[in-house]
Formats: sequence, structure tokens, C-alpha cells
Amino acid sequence: MSVQSDSVQTHPVQTYSPREFHRQAHDALGNPQIRANFRKAMDGLMTKRRDSFGDWDLEILRELGANIRMRALARLPSLLERLEANCQANGIQVHWAEDGDQACRIIRELCEARGAKAVIKGKSMVSEEMHLNARLEEAGIEALESDLGEYLVQLNEQTPSHIIMPAIHLNTDEISEIMHDRTGIERTRDVDTMTAAARAQLRERFMAADVGISGVNFAVAETGTLCLVENEGNGRMTTTVPPVHIAVTGIEKVVEHLRDVPPLYALLTRSATGQHVTTYFNMISGPRKPEEHDGPKEVHLVLVDSGRSAIYQDDELLDTLRCIRCGACMNHCPVYTRVGGHTYGTTYPGPIGSILSPHLMGLEDTKDLPTASSLCGACGEVCPVKIPIPDLLVRLRRESVGEGRGNVPGAGVKRSRKEAAAWKGFQWLATHPGVWRAGTSMAGKFRALTPSRLGAWTDYRSAPKPAGTTLHALVKQHEAKRHQADKAAEEKRP
Amino acid sequence: MTPVKCYPSKPEKVYFFGTCLIDLFYPEAGLDGIRLLEREGIEVVFPEDQTCCGQPAYTSGYQQEARAVAAAQLELFPEPWPIVVPSGSCGGMMRTHYPQLFAGSEREAQAKGVADRVFELTEFLVHVCHLRLEDRGEPEKVAMHTSCGARREMGLADTGPALLAQLGQVELVEQARAAECCGFGGTFAVRHPEVSAAMVEDKTQAIEATGARRFVTSDCGCMMNISGRFAHQKKPVKGEHIASYLWRRTS
Amino acid sequence: MSARDAILKRLYERADGPLAVPESDFAVVTRRGWSHEERLARFERWITSVHGEVIHVAAHDWTTALAGVLTAKGVRRLALGREHPVAAEARQALADVAVELVDADRDIEAWQQEQFERVDAGLTSTRGGIAETGSLWLWPTPDEPRLLSLVPPIHIAVLDADTLEDTFFDVVERHGWASGMPTNALLVSGPSKTADIEQTLAYGVHGPRELVVLVRHAGGAAGTDA
Repeated sequence: MSVQSDSVQTHPVQTYSPREFHRQAHDALGNPQIRANFRKAMDGLMTKRRDSFGDWDLEILRELGANIRMRALARLPSLLERLEANCQANGIQVHWAEDGDQACRIIRELCEARGAKAVIKGKSMVSEEMHLNARLEEAGIEALESDLGEYLVQLNEQTPSHIIMPAIHLNTDEISEIMHDRTGIERTRDVDTMTAAARAQLRERFMAADVGISGVNFAVAETGTLCLVENEGNGRMTTTVPPVHIAVTGIEKVVEHLRDVPPLYALLTRSATGQHVTTYFNMISGPRKPEEHDGPKEVHLVLVDSGRSAIYQDDELLDTLRCIRCGACMNHCPVYTRVGGHTYGTTYPGPIGSILSPHLMGLEDTKDLPTASSLCGACGEVCPVKIPIPDLLVRLRRESVGEGRGNVPGAGVKRSRKEAAAWKGFQWLATHPGVWRAGTSMAGKFRALTPSRLGAWTDYRSAPKPAGTTLHALVKQHEAKRHQADKAAEEKRP
Repeated sequence: MTPVKCYPSKPEKVYFFGTCLIDLFYPEAGLDGIRLLEREGIEVVFPEDQTCCGQPAYTSGYQQEARAVAAAQLELFPEPWPIVVPSGSCGGMMRTHYPQLFAGSEREAQAKGVADRVFELTEFLVHVCHLRLEDRGEPEKVAMHTSCGARREMGLADTGPALLAQLGQVELVEQARAAECCGFGGTFAVRHPEVSAAMVEDKTQAIEATGARRFVTSDCGCMMNISGRFAHQKKPVKGEHIASYLWRRTS
Repeated sequence: MSARDAILKRLYERADGPLAVPESDFAVVTRRGWSHEERLARFERWITSVHGEVIHVAAHDWTTALAGVLTAKGVRRLALGREHPVAAEARQALADVAVELVDADRDIEAWQQEQFERVDAGLTSTRGGIAETGSLWLWPTPDEPRLLSLVPPIHIAVLDADTLEDTFFDVVERHGWASGMPTNALLVSGPSKTADIEQTLAYGVHGPRELVVLVRHAGGAAGTDA
């Protein structure tokens, strides 16, 4: 879809909340630009993923990926201790944070102690999760995103709409308008021109930055190594140019061995963007040594819990923590494709967001997310570490109506006496077959009386009408006929 | 991904689980399924006390209620015969989720025993009956929508198209994004009606764009959704359960 | 209790009890069994598919090809190391060429602005390559620091054909990475790129716009152009 530049409106600055899922979905569905941008992007990503696994035995690779992540989780506490010890031995300082606020405080204090005024950031979803940029701004520290997509989204005063492609909701014309508006460059449809402009703008900022903040894709316990996956080189810049590098990550990102990394990396890039490899794979095992000439003089690792250790307690929910943040589940999700990332109102949108956000934010705020799925199974089918996402969505639905184990914050928030009674009624009918048959047969007899309007269903579809007879009745007639035929055949015989 | 299933040889008798949607809204589809099986010389037993597999309660989070309903269905199949279900969605519920629902309970073995014997109708016709069809209908273009339950939960993307391919006069056309969900999703269509509507709108457009004036499906939930959308827009495209379509064209 | 101890305590005292530890079978990421020629072909196919340039050269006069690349790309200032044979040979060969050689083995603080703004290309050695993904592996050193392969708009990398291995897993295992990681280990597969503007690929967003790989063949350039 192409729109003339002069008619493009950048999206008004807007905040999104998971509480407003329905309204936000309504708005997104009514916005043809958003619909077209996501559809085009997701179609492309799905095709690229499929093609990229061509040479591989994908099922065996996924099995290995799941297995590596399960092994890491099985040994999680001891691996974290080992990671800490090996990082420290390498000269990386390790910090622990119970939640996002504590992590923000640790990072802010590290910045303040070094008199830092300007922070440059590589892409980090954990930092989005804890609203780090806003916390730093409050302390008078400017935090600038350097991943191109994140940079554009930040210029537009938005949050990412996708965990891998933060600006996927914007098209070229919208981006041109944003760059023109916020950085003063000429409007252009030429992507190379815009990219070059961003390069020049950000290079200045890399040189001036006091601290670089990045995420972590895999933290290797065995060697005390932080791995970063990227294409742009901003991750390398962020972790090499400023004198201080702070890496922030969830506690679940640890893996046991270095040899666990190649399979996960192979799965991550192919699942995320259909690339057989990214441009850069950056493995950091310490700050600059005395004899070295570049690299940060300090490296810090901030390990954030923020609800993860609670997820860890439950055998079923635990699978959520296997995630390697590739975004394939959202790329393949028919709901995400229709409503886009912002509609979810959470840092992690799409299917993984719907099974993760309730733990991070509580079910009170996120109760509409687990139901925002037709359970079509596309997410589970493509997950590179085989997280049973549909089953976990159902588990969270159970928790929301108070029929789970009660160990998700806000469990039972959706319990309504009316709905519970309705399902008890369904149970009673479905376990009393005589009454069920009488009821269904009655429904058929009075089909003329069935309403032609059934709430939202009939806003878009014709109402289904019960058939005149039930299958139960048809089978009876069918069997009677057959019986008669058999009898007739028998009588004809001498 | 479902593990590779070992198929039995063609049995003398099968159970037929008709599903509640077929019972109430599309009984002919159920009967046509039974006729197809009988034509293969199989005696079809229809347990009278069947109601619903329990899926609506299950996917809504009402676990206890789903378990109670499922437990009642488990009692219907005492003999070791295969259980044929003309729906990938209900079949998936019974094959995949029954064992989960009763894991660790006294019904665990019974649930597993039932689950292992559950076959979706087209799966059974292809892999167990090795059905051979002779088309007697007029030349026609048809599109197939394989339900997500059949495609992903049961791993049966190919059985429906394989049967249609045997119909000499039928040209099977594939709509764009054939593997994408139609937006039904049971209570999803009620809880998120606008999103569901956007999905079914795209699905109907894709089917219509193939030029087919008929689509078949192996799931009545999808059919109710997609046909309902076509009817609402007064479009001439009609839906039919694959069992009825096969029976109609070959009898 | 510190955050650290509280988190670890919760993890150690897991409510649903200890978890089974599965064994891992890594066969799917190793044992490709490719010949030297297959490795080379795969490496070249993949790295060129992501916009990398490959030039095959005879090991004994690779610097001729280097000089050709510099001329063709209009490189006036080339940053490079000093001690690594690649750097040493390049320095010697380029003495008479109209290219200014910029010392990379200096503290970055002394020349950051210069490196960011007035260097046209960086020359580095590589430790090896990966056929399966078309990747180079680099362990930056004081002689060839990290930014040498990142900041200049063109990265010229020298790869010996016989250091190519099949997979990333093979490299990690055979070279015993786990028993001695450098402060920074890198895989580089093509020039810097982005698809953040409507999935349209653009190169050189932060790092080099161009990556030129000079593949050195011990027995002479293997058939292909030089």
C-alpha cells in the first residue's frame, strides 16, 4: 500500500494499556494503514522463515533447542551462580534485581556514580519491560535508542510494536515524515538516504555517550560470556564505544555451556527473520584488558527477576521461560497480524506476550490477553523451543476464572457467578444425555423461534439455525430403515 | 506436531462420535459420514448417550466442568473399536487433551485408551479404509478449508485434499493463506468478535478469490463461521462438510 | 536478605520440586562431512547472499589483490594492525601505493574522531570461517582492536581457505573456545544491515557498508577471479 507523502499523518502520541485491549483492537482494525503494514510484514516474515529452514531437519533442531533450554532451567539457580562467578572472574560486575524498579535504580546509580549524562542503548526488551528510559530521564540522564527501529519509535514517542522489528507498524512514508519532523532531514522515500542520515546522527551520539546499555540473548554460565545477536552493528557500538557497558537481562537467559549456543543461535535467526545467520554475533567475556586499545573499561551485568522466579515454581508455567525471544509466534499469529503489537499494551505482544505478561503485570490488567487467541496453534507450531503456547493460554484462562492452581498474580479475577453458573449448567446438560437429547430435539422443533441476532456474532455473520432434526434422531431413522431393509431381505430368502 | 500414528487395519465396527455442532446444526453431515463408513462395509455404532466432547468449557478455562463432561463421554466406548469423529477440533480435544485432563487421576488409563482410538473422519477414510472414490458429479471448482484442529493439533493437513483429489471432475483450488485460522475459535468469536470478524472476512475473501463457488471443510465450527459470513454478505459461495460432499458426489 | 540471595533461594526451593535434566544430542549441528570445495562453495554462496564480496587470491601474492581492491574502491586511508602477518605484509606491499596507512594499535581515546570520520577502510585478519553460514570468526587483539572491523565504512578481511570449517558448533568445539574465551569474540557475516524501514534492506546502518573477503589459497587462486 502506498500513500503520498503529503497525506501521511504520523500516529498521534498514544499510550497503550492491556486493560484497553478491546478498544485498541477496535482502533487498529479500523486503521487500514496499520492492517496493511502488519499483513505485508508478517507475510514476508513467514515466507522467509519457511525458506530458511530448507536444509535442516527442523524438528530435530527444535527438539535440541527445547532440550537445551529445559536443561538450563533444570539447573537454573546453580547456573546463575556459576555465571556470576565466571563473569566476576572475567572482570564483569554482576548485580541482581528483584524487579524492574530495583534494576532501574541499580543502573541509574551506576550512571550517576560515573557522572553519566548520556546513555546509548542497544535493543533490550527487558529495559522496555522496566521502562528504563523513562526512569533515567527522570534522573536527568538522556537515554537514546540506537537500533534503527527503536530509534524511529523513540523519535515518534512510541514503544516497539514487535520484539524483533520495533517499527514494523510504520511504513516508509510515515518514517520519512517522522525523520523529517524530528531530525530535520528532507522528506524522502529512499531507504538508503534515511538510513545514512540515521547513521550520521547516531555516530555523533555513540562518540558522546558515557554509558552503553544492551540486552543479552544468551548468558553462558560456563565461560561468563554475554552473547548479542544483531544485524546493524549498533549492539557492537553500544558495547564497545562508551567507557561503561551495562548489560541487562532476565534471569532465565542463562545457558549452561558454550556449545549450547550454536543451536539456539541457528534457531533464533531463522525463526525471527528467516536469516540463516545475522551479520554480527558478539560474545563479550569481560571489559577491556590493560593491553587492549578499545572496548569499555567496565562491564556490568544486571540480572532481573521481575516475576520470573514465580513462573519457575510451576511445572507447567515453567515452559514460558524457555523463550528465546525470536518473535516467530507473533509473526505467525492471525490475531497479532490483524491488531498489531500496540493493541496488546504490553512490552511483549502476541502469543508469547499473552502467556508472559500476566506474570509480569498480573491478570487484573491482562485478563483479555489469554482469550485473545483462537487457539489455532500456529504459535506453538513454529516456536523454536517448542513452548506449548496454546496450552499455556488455556492454563491462564483457567487461572483467570479461578480454576487453576492460583499461582498467577490476579488469579480468579475473571470469575463471575453468572458465567460459572452457565458452565455448570452446560456440564449438567452434557452429563444428562436424556435431557440433552430432549433439549436439542426441542431446539430443532422450534428453530423458527431461534433469534436471528446473536450478539456480536450476527454483526458479521448470519445466525446459525438448528436443523429440523438432530443427528441422534437421524441415526435412529437411518437404523430403523436399515433394520427394515435387512428384514425384508431376510423374508425374501426362501 | 503429533507423533506418527500407527494405523490399524480396517475394522468390522467403529464408534461414531457425532459432535454437538453436527448434532444440532448439521446432522446430515454426520449421517453422510456414517454412510461413507457403512459403504466400506463397516458397522457404525452411534452411542446414544453422547453429548459434547467438553471443548467449549475446556478452552474457556472451566476445567472441572470440562472434565466432568469428558468423563461422561469416556464411558461411551467400552469396546476396543476405533472412534471416528467428523471434526478435527473435537477429535483433537479427545486425542490430545483428554489424557491431559485426566493425568494423575483414576481415569488416566481410560482417557489414554480412548484418545489412542480417536480418528478424525478423513484421516480414518484415508489411512484406515484406504477409500477409493468414483466421482459422479458435475465438473466443479472447490476450495478446502482444513481446520486448525485437524491441521495442527491432529497433524492432518493432507487427508481432506487427498480425498478430494480422487474426485475426477473436481478441481481443488487453494486459497491464499490456506493454513491461516478462519477466526472461529469457539468462544473466541464471542469474546473478541471484531478480531474474529476481521479474520473470517479475510478468509471469505481468499476463498472467493479462487473463483470457487463452494468450499468444503472437515469442521462445522469453521463452516458455521465462514458460511455465516458469506451468507451475511449475500455472497453465492456455499460451504459443505466434506463428508456430505464426498457422499453426494459418489452415490 | 539481598536480592541475589532471595532470588536464588526461591529458585533452589522450587515449589514443584527438582526438575529432570535432559541429555542433549548435538548431532544436528555437526558432522556435515563437506569436502574442501563444498565448504568453499557454501561459504561463498552464503556470504555473497548477504552482500559480502569474495575475492579468491593466491596466498603468495594476496597483497596485489588488496591493492586492487583499495584502488577500485577509492580507499585513501586504510586502518590496520602492525604485528599480525596480514598487517605486516600489507604494510610492506602498500608502501609504494598511494594509500595512507593508519595505525589501529592505538588507544581509541587518542583517535576516536579520526577513526569515525577519516578512515575509509579497516583491514583485519580472521581466525577462520564457517561454511554453513558464510561467517568469519574474529578474536580482536591489541594489534587489531574491535572497532577496526566495525567503524570504517569498508571492512576488508583476510581469510585462509584452509581455515574454513563446517559449522559454528564445530569451531567452538575444535578450538576449545570454552576453555579460554577472549574479551570479545565475533562472528561477522556480511556488512552491517537493517530492514527496519518497511523490511527494505539497507546496508551500512551503523557498521561497514561493504565487506570484502580476500580468500587466500595456499596453492594459488582456486580457479576463480583474483
